[in-house]
Amino acid sequence: MQEPVTVDRETANRELLDFVFSWPKWFFATTGLLGGVITLGLIIFLLLMIFGLQLFGYAHPVYWGFPVVNFVFWIGVSHAGIMVSAILRLAQAEWRRPVTRAAEVLTIFSLMTAMTFPIIHSGRPWRTLYWEFPYDWMRGIWPNPRSPLVWDPAAIFTYLTSTVMFVYIALLPDLALARDRVKNPIGKAVYGVLSLGFRGTTRQWRIQAIAGILLSALILPIFVSVHSIVSWDFAVTIIPGWHNTVFAPYFVIGAVHSGVSAVVTVMIVMRYAFGLKNFITKDHIDSLARLLIIVATVWLFFFMLDFMFGLYGTEPAEVDTWQRRLMEPPWTAIAIIFIITGYIIPVGLWLFRRVRRNFFLMFVTTVLVNIGMWLERYMIVIPGLERKSNLTFQYGDYLPSAAEFGIIAAQLALVIAGFLVFSKLLPIMPAADIKEGQILRDEIKVGRARVPATMREA
Amino acid sequence: MSARNSDRKRELLGLYNEPDDAADAVSRLRGAGFGGNDIEIISATPYPEGAFGEQHAKHRLFAFPFAGAACGLAVAIAWHIGAQIALPIVTGGKPIVAVPAIIQVLYEGTMLGAVLFTVLGVLFESRLPDGIGVYDDRIADGLIGVSVIARERRIPDAQIALEEAGAVDVLSKDGSLMRPAAASP
Repeated sequence: MQEPVTVDRETANRELLDFVFSWPKWFFATTGLLGGVITLGLIIFLLLMIFGLQLFGYAHPVYWGFPVVNFVFWIGVSHAGIMVSAILRLAQAEWRRPVTRAAEVLTIFSLMTAMTFPIIHSGRPWRTLYWEFPYDWMRGIWPNPRSPLVWDPAAIFTYLTSTVMFVYIALLPDLALARDRVKNPIGKAVYGVLSLGFRGTTRQWRIQAIAGILLSALILPIFVSVHSIVSWDFAVTIIPGWHNTVFAPYFVIGAVHSGVSAVVTVMIVMRYAFGLKNFITKDHIDSLARLLIIVATVWLFFFMLDFMFGLYGTEPAEVDTWQRRLMEPPWTAIAIIFIITGYIIPVGLWLFRRVRRNFFLMFVTTVLVNIGMWLERYMIVIPGLERKSNLTFQYGDYLPSAAEFGIIAAQLALVIAGFLVFSKLLPIMPAADIKEGQILRDEIKVGRARVPATMREA
Repeated sequence: MSARNSDRKRELLGLYNEPDDAADAVSRLRGAGFGGNDIEIISATPYPEGAFGEQHAKHRLFAFPFAGAACGLAVAIAWHIGAQIALPIVTGGKPIVAVPAIIQVLYEGTMLGAVLFTVLGVLFESRLPDGIGVYDDRIADGLIGVSVIARERRIPDAQIALEEAGAVDVLSKDGSLMRPAAASP
């Protein structure tokens, strides 16, 4: 049975807005550190523009490296947010209430970070705009508007816009709450403008409830399409190991696996950093872990399908790529680590209730999942490119450079900093939603047991 | 009081500790002859629809995504097919407009239109953006407001109805506390 959140409204308001209105010392230290790492990334980016892609460890014929791996990884992480939020809203799962906002915000910042990688990957960022909007009427030459270079930005722009709108609409009541609670006149004016005069009339609450369901229903197909299109960046090519028909669902479910794990990691950090122990309980983590067991197992099934289809066709290039992935160093080691950290250790442990309700173990296992899932993307992208094809007369192995590691660190810092700044300015938990859960929760007697009864309306 | 002043409308807000008291205030206001459109319940938390005996809120929110999807699809078609016709790549006899290669973009355009129109619909149906009207910050702490818009000459009736239901305070449009109706001359 799930534990109800049992704090009065005054306490709920105070605790949920505490981080917004206070300035803990660790906030400055953390943002300073993150700012330093982001600055390092900017310096590398500037050097990249001056010296070009030679800063990266590319070696012919491998010209897709860390930037593409990270692009896929962060797009994947971004999927969890909306998936968790939208599906739980549609299913009207009561335990969704403290989870949704953090998941949605994680989506926004990981998606924004993912969008930077194709620009970095191009090596000539100023040309990217022309590739994405190839409507040059003067020169008589133009890129192909039918290519995945147009599909990708179209999908990501749609997803990002929809997510931002989704979050903003759900934020309106909390912006109004912040407007009512803030003492600073500038803050009051800013929150006042952002909340658009929301007062909480019955009509506004009714429309809020319907909007949550309607936007969830609209965003879910977008979320599926985005990672499908990302998978087609690979699948429409003829590189061995990339053009498998299961790529779209395989990428989508992999995204959900890494993303939901990231949501759990973030929630556990939030619980301690923002003092939200009353709102993020063992039940929430337990429920997400159960969901993860299913998602991880479906993901493993698709991984096995990808492997099986690769061998089943007995196409020499495909078989050769799989042999390289699984049998040749260093790929053997990477494959073993990714299977162990992405599935065997976490799912093996999540089967035990005691682990699912242990914050430390859940933190460790969900971080392990994302290490494994990053290695999975690395294993998808590189080995197929490294294989010597008929017309490749000069080739070498890809070895990531220090600059690429620096870019990765900076992008991770960017996501964390974005999340932290958002949490500082706006409530990271939907206060109205949580308080609604308390109002609707009552207990009924069934036989000798007292169980929570929750009224739902659509 | 001149006829023009007595016809002018003003908003009163009663604040209540309990949902039952707020529901009672709504009943009393109805009993005093105030229509459903003049009465509004304001809370910091959504309550189940009908909890205060208020009228069902009619809306057309479900129409917005369909209209948006149609507009989004039209724009995506015009933009993408137009670009291909305007910049015809050599296709070796194949059609200039390659529908299978752009179907993803048409799909994204359709969905983007649906989402944007839904958001506009949410704002329109929520009557936002709007001036804050009569409001009290204590609503954020859990008090429930019952707001009524009344003509000047009916203000005392509205105030009495709000007070008799056990209002903690009754506020007028400018946010000032109303003197208890019994104490008024």
